[in-house]
Amino acid sequence: MNALTLWFHKTGSPPTFYRIAGVLVPWCYGIGLVLGLVGLYGGLVAAPRDYQQGDAYRIIFVHVPCAWMGLFAYFFMAANAFVALVWRIKLSEILAMASAPIGAAFTFITLVTGSLWGKPMWGTWWTWDARLTSELVLLFLYLGVMGLYAAIEDRRQAARAAGFLALIGIVNLPIVHFSVNWWNTLHQGSTVRLIGPSKIDPAMIWPLLTMALATHVWFFGSVLARTRTGLLELDAGKDWVRRIALAEGARRD
Amino acid sequence: MRPGSTSSACAAVIRRDLTLIWRRRGDALNPILFALMVIALFPLALGPEPEQLRRIAAGVVFVALLLAGLLALDTLFRSDYEDGSLEQLVLSPHPLSLLLGCKVAVHWLTTALPLIAVAPLLGELLHLPGDVRGVLVLALLLATPLLSLIGAVCVALTVGMHRSGMLLALLVLPLYVPVLIFGAGACNAAQTGLPFLAPLLWLAAALVLALVLAPLACAAALRISLS
Repeated sequence: MNALTLWFHKTGSPPTFYRIAGVLVPWCYGIGLVLGLVGLYGGLVAAPRDYQQGDAYRIIFVHVPCAWMGLFAYFFMAANAFVALVWRIKLSEILAMASAPIGAAFTFITLVTGSLWGKPMWGTWWTWDARLTSELVLLFLYLGVMGLYAAIEDRRQAARAAGFLALIGIVNLPIVHFSVNWWNTLHQGSTVRLIGPSKIDPAMIWPLLTMALATHVWFFGSVLARTRTGLLELDAGKDWVRRIALAEGARRD
Repeated sequence: MRPGSTSSACAAVIRRDLTLIWRRRGDALNPILFALMVIALFPLALGPEPEQLRRIAAGVVFVALLLAGLLALDTLFRSDYEDGSLEQLVLSPHPLSLLLGCKVAVHWLTTALPLIAVAPLLGELLHLPGDVRGVLVLALLLATPLLSLIGAVCVALTVGMHRSGMLLALLVLPLYVPVLIFGAGACNAAQTGLPFLAPLLWLAAALVLALVLAPLACAAALRISLS
């Protein structure tokens, strides 16, 4: 066995991962919190007012990073579900299922902040626009995955079935996006681009990117924390969990 | 014992399913009655003005048939799972995806095809213009097999559960969104005099893709939920 495979197997084993994740979680939360505060300061205080939307545009610093995270969490979940289905890695099953509620929460925040933004700008809380509709479908896909995972008794079988659904959903996502675009569109196009110049002022883009980084780090902290709990639950009868439980009990006494 | 050929296994599955459905042929009417009742609710709720009903007719017929198909999905594997024959299918030496494809085809023939046959009548109840009728039937002929195939994958995932009705709807409906948009979109385009060929072609392309991939996905899902 070469060094890389060995490292992979070691890190993937529940006790080792539990320990490593335990070290990483506070760091992720801490860095996420600091970056989030810096980004919010930059967005809510330092960035200039928009010439057209005034101060109301500032919700973009929450709305857009959350929208990105909603999609990112879905890709993360689907990638882990793929690994779990192909190589039967227990850790990937738990990682995939841990990211579903977090992604659903980000998607929900996107919808709520979007409707708060839409009321003063478009004059309506909700409109059947392409992006709004595909975001709503994304939320439904998350809820379907979570519902299926909760409905099956056997945890590993539940994770495999829900992971399979997540994979079907990822095939469906671009189709939904394309079809609703064809159907009806009102939402503005993308202003931030990876390739080519962005159509947004530099004073506004750095807080936006900082917020995006903050939500990513926070997401990983949250996934790792949920995964630790999931590992304890799944391996409840194993020796390493018993040792942790005994140590915890001794600490409480 | 030597297993028979794959084609004879498929024929046996089709013959068995058709026989079972023929023995309970009264049930075959239920989706039609359901769709009829859903259609009847709309004039009661919105008022009987022909102008208003005409505008929403195609979309309402589409949604009613989609919901009727959703309710009928549950019967796809239910009895086979309960009497254990589904496990025999999984254990058989023939490709599971092909056998499941046959089952879905029979299910579509016996639940969706009667619905399509009454669709012009349902449209007439809502004053659907006569020249849209053909487009509606064509769109349904392309859309309903697609719905059955997508639905079959989700049913396979929920097959072992007791009360899976609401959960199945939650899994299936987001996946139905594009089909509904293109199907009803073609009808609405035809009604307003716009070209309607493009969405129909998209539906046809999706159907070809689903015919190849959905049985494979269905087989994989069934193996997960029966493991």
